[in-house]
Amino acid sequence: MPEDRHVRLGRLRWQCRRALLELDLLFERFWQRYGDTIDLQDEAALGQLLALDDYDLWALVSGTQKIDDPQLIQMIERIRNEFVPLDHERMSDNFYFNATT
Amino acid sequence: MTYTVRKFDAVVVGAGGAGLRAALQLSESGLKTAVLTKVFPTRSHTVAAQGGVAASLGNSEEDNWHWHMYDTIKGSDWLGDQDAIEFMCRQANQAVVELEHYGMPFDRVDNGKIYQRPFGGHMSNFGEKPVRRSCAAADRTGHAMLHALYQRNIKVNTQFFVEWQALDLIRDADGEVLGVVAMDMETSEVVAFHAKATIFATGGAGRVYYSSTNAFINTGDGLGMAARAGIPLEDMEFWQFHPTGVAGAGVLITEGVRGEGGILRNADGERFMERYAPNAKDLASRDVVSRSMLTEINEGRGAGPYKDYVYLDLTHLDPQVILKRLPSIHEIGIQFAGVDCLKEYIPVVPTCHYQMGGIPTNRFGQVVVTKGNDLSSPVPGFYAAGECACASVHGANRLGTNSLLDLLVFGKSSGEAAVASIRENVKAHKPLPVDAIEKSLARLDRLNTQKGGSNVHETRVLMQRTMQKHAGVFRFSQLLKEGVDKILEVAQAVARTEIQDKSKVFNTARIEALELDNLIEVAKATMISAEARKESRGAHVRDDAHDTPETPDGRDDQNWLKHTLWHRDGNRLDYKPVQMKPLSVATIELKKRTY
Repeated sequence: MPEDRHVRLGRLRWQCRRALLELDLLFERFWQRYGDTIDLQDEAALGQLLALDDYDLWALVSGTQKIDDPQLIQMIERIRNEFVPLDHERMSDNFYFNATT
Repeated sequence: MTYTVRKFDAVVVGAGGAGLRAALQLSESGLKTAVLTKVFPTRSHTVAAQGGVAASLGNSEEDNWHWHMYDTIKGSDWLGDQDAIEFMCRQANQAVVELEHYGMPFDRVDNGKIYQRPFGGHMSNFGEKPVRRSCAAADRTGHAMLHALYQRNIKVNTQFFVEWQALDLIRDADGEVLGVVAMDMETSEVVAFHAKATIFATGGAGRVYYSSTNAFINTGDGLGMAARAGIPLEDMEFWQFHPTGVAGAGVLITEGVRGEGGILRNADGERFMERYAPNAKDLASRDVVSRSMLTEINEGRGAGPYKDYVYLDLTHLDPQVILKRLPSIHEIGIQFAGVDCLKEYIPVVPTCHYQMGGIPTNRFGQVVVTKGNDLSSPVPGFYAAGECACASVHGANRLGTNSLLDLLVFGKSSGEAAVASIRENVKAHKPLPVDAIEKSLARLDRLNTQKGGSNVHETRVLMQRTMQKHAGVFRFSQLLKEGVDKILEVAQAVARTEIQDKSKVFNTARIEALELDNLIEVAKATMISAEARKESRGAHVRDDAHDTPETPDGRDDQNWLKHTLWHRDGNRLDYKPVQMKPLSVATIELKKRTY
């Protein structure tokens, strides 16, 4: 019997916990946006990418390496689109620093 | 109640560099060894270590372990134990050569020897001039190391339990450690791993701060488990902050960028490091650069709408140099800061990077506690190595490339000590206590039944912000005092976290709640230890510790040359002396730390 979707997604989601913070940040936002809409093709593509070592995956996601597989290219594009530049809202209460004021 | 028990000679928790090195020692000795790990071994955070591993091979120029030892003690601001530091520095060459034999692809020079490069704080002839001591495999040293160690473990039949979350230490009424309780993430089954030796190699807890270079897995699981089992945590006030994390993201920009000519600028475009470190400027040591950056920000010269970061400027460099030598930096700038570093400045802030303290051990990786007059009495059956442990070789501040060395040397020594103990003393498994898994089940049950509780994510962020504000790069007496109260309040919220998803299969919400149980122990230990230490030393710098002839740079050796021990029970602190006597050479005497 095929594994329940909930189980498969749970496993994929956990396997997005990576060695590199760069990838953690991307996947965190990826799941927030696509978590509810991932289909079987997405699952397969994501599974293939997650089996890679972190630096290889980062090279693909950051665009320093290319691949030919259209499914994977599409998934990489979606992950890349999750790049969120400096978020001023997140920093707005100056919590980085223990200023005395 | 009935539950599954799996018996091994040894169980290692964590499959980063320290865990794999320890497991290798155990399995090669013929012991039945299990390694439990949250993520696949080669996705452990050791992967992120780029700089190299320190060893005085002397391949490029004269070097020796005694100089390395001196540098490490000086770097530690004399808080490191000199016996453990001598041991580590003397073992370094062998550790690197062993790794080479395991297939580690070190960079080489023309004559075939391992290439070595200079790194901050590593000097020749007792601090005279920089020396080439770091052995590296391009910028993927940690990654290559993990692969070499993992493959070697496979050959010797180490049994891996991947995607298992360790929950609690099993400690009996005599205080002996008999294994660990763990949960299979795929099924939520809770299993007792019954072992003659238990080795924690669970890594650091860098996620305790809001701005952190650490991957999400670094949640201090070993420290939380040890604290709940009554083991104190040592020197937890000491955290290294890396000067250049991308503001808003934490992603690390390597020191190599400044090595290639990168310059730090304030909002006015001023190269401010010229004022703080006229000689080394942007290449001064990490703690000096971090504090200078924060001084700029705190005095209103920060950049951005909230004046809360500074700039890293690469725009004057040849674009070809950046694209060729620092390709990932260009990408990181674009993707996480939204800037093209060829044309624009990168916003950066000092960011939590490494935990110097941890589970107290001796140089054999044996976890030690105070017992009567013995301040370092080994806990039978319990060992720790790597960032989760405090041997203590990094003291108040770690030198770059000493972390990979630490995990190799103490991974091996803890494995060796466990093998010796099992061979000589522990002939059979001591029976598990009847309540071996009760505490873990109670925690899981509480989580499953909690109503009207606190949100895990919100509580974690609150903890991280509290830590960042009250126990950050600079420590202020008043903020630390308030921080203690605040973090104890957060701890109350952590005790009543609630999850909506109660499913049993890969329930990441449950895992994150369990991880928060561990992080909060680290947060309490850090805040309380930092509030109590009324001096400046290494990474712990207070506003009320003044520079006087008796206390240079605020360091008070007369009163504070001692290790902190935080006990979870009652948030009690006690102290033990620093081991100033090395194994075979003269003590490296106290002096002011200047570079």
